[in-house]
Amino acid sequence: MSASVTSAEIFAGEDHGRFSRLFGPSLRPYLGLLPGIAIVFLCVALPCLWLLYLSAFDDGGKLSAINYERMIDQVSYRRIFAMTFVVSLETVLCCVILGVPLATFISSLGRRSAALFVGGILFPLWTSLLVRAYAWLVILQRNGLINNWLISTGLIEEPLPLAFNTFATVLGMTHIMLPIFLLPVIGAMRGIDRSLIRAAASMGASRAYTYQKIFLPLALPGILAGATLVFVMSLGFYVTPAILGGGNVQVVSMRIARSLATYSNFGAAAAIGIVLLLSTFALMGMSLIVRRIVQARQGGMHA
Amino acid sequence: MLDGFARSRVLTFSGWAFALAMMFFLIAPSLIVVPMSFSSSEYLEFPPRAFSLRWYESFFASLAWLQAARASLVAASLTAVLSVPVGTLAAYATRSLPLRMKVTVGAFLLMPAIVPSILVAIGYFFVLAQIGLVGSMTGLVLGHTALAIPVVFVIMSAAFASFDPNQERAAESFGAGRLVIWWAVIIPQIKGPLLASALLAFVTSLDEVVVAMFISAGSNSTLPKVMFSALRDKIDPTVAAISSMLILVAVFAVVALLRSGSNRPTS
Repeated sequence: MSASVTSAEIFAGEDHGRFSRLFGPSLRPYLGLLPGIAIVFLCVALPCLWLLYLSAFDDGGKLSAINYERMIDQVSYRRIFAMTFVVSLETVLCCVILGVPLATFISSLGRRSAALFVGGILFPLWTSLLVRAYAWLVILQRNGLINNWLISTGLIEEPLPLAFNTFATVLGMTHIMLPIFLLPVIGAMRGIDRSLIRAAASMGASRAYTYQKIFLPLALPGILAGATLVFVMSLGFYVTPAILGGGNVQVVSMRIARSLATYSNFGAAAAIGIVLLLSTFALMGMSLIVRRIVQARQGGMHA
Repeated sequence: MLDGFARSRVLTFSGWAFALAMMFFLIAPSLIVVPMSFSSSEYLEFPPRAFSLRWYESFFASLAWLQAARASLVAASLTAVLSVPVGTLAAYATRSLPLRMKVTVGAFLLMPAIVPSILVAIGYFFVLAQIGLVGSMTGLVLGHTALAIPVVFVIMSAAFASFDPNQERAAESFGAGRLVIWWAVIIPQIKGPLLASALLAFVTSLDEVVVAMFISAGSNSTLPKVMFSALRDKIDPTVAAISSMLILVAVFAVVALLRSGSNRPTS
């Protein structure tokens, strides 16, 4: 690598001397990072810092912690945070319950059939969130697909309340997050050393025992990574709860939008946002620690 | 399911049944809007009783929808054009960083994918308000580019991991300039991933709702923004027609990807 850098400097120096002298030869290979870092800074990092700054002022523009105190004092905030947490957790559970068996099956297939399934998993990733929320409305609403079918078969007389509630929200979110959960888990399962499984089989372990004690623990880091990703992304969901929840599901991001649009309360919106961001980072940190512990224990097991 | 064990017919059968049911769950809901878009009814009925093109007509006859479609296509194209070189250069430069820096820079460039989009939306709104760019195409494209950078960065980092640096060194030793090296040596080796990341960046912008909702306005309001408000107020079947056309775009993109020969999963 260093050889390529030095020769690049020599030729670059001949081509446009002033440019390379300005930045110095040792910095030149890193110049490519600048545009990316600048754009992410301007559009994501700076906005987050700005929110942190805004959250520290009250309505009158005085420095205070009122925005954060309000969040602790008022029941409505606590309810919204609890709702967001529950909806996200339910989504993670659905992804794990449906995703782990599916990933196990796909990872046991041959290359070709596995590629077909992965293609099928990727298809929904290509269709817009709005399109899918709309499709679920068509299926779940009062005179939607499921209710019409159940009524026409005579199983029920009154339409079931399927849309505009937590159930519809979790269903819609699971539909969106499942592909994102499956990809790392399938990757982790494909990476498992199959000779360990054969060894267990040859020593007379049962299928269920081998799956529980050997296969799943080895897939655990991948499952944890996928579950964390789903949980973190679910915390910030806006579109799906807004459409499929129909006003009955209030989550944090909707509250932020409402504080801003309806009450123009910048400080309050910013403070909720900062708490959401901190919970996101805290969750990711916790997951990283758990994964380290799991891996360390497994490392000890193999040693 | 686990090799080394005798094949169990029951287990194999239930495995396939479960997997196919899950595929149905993943794929069918998105496709349901296609027949709905040809319905002649005001209401969402499935299956439609009579077919017509009235929702497509209502789309192409509406100035508001057409303007939104134009804004979305312009924003998505510019986002792809901007984010692909920026993300690719970043992925290329990251290779020569020391490990610790590599992790830090990677984490920073992935931030747009991790920070909840509502936060990016409102924070970025305040930043744009300071420089008077709220509602402008420039602000929208920059914001979408930031959201697309993680996608491009991940794909291109993977591409550079399996990239042969010897050819680059050979070209250098023969005196090729950086531009020639990029054009004749590097780009031909990463063509497939470049196309994949361009398509994904395009779709990222085309589907993005939350940031667009806050910072696009007037004639620059994007299709998802207008669709979102159409869905919140009442269920307008024109949305089914637009959804079907968006699915067509997605299918075209996937086919283009497969034909370009880079049919690896975009994870």
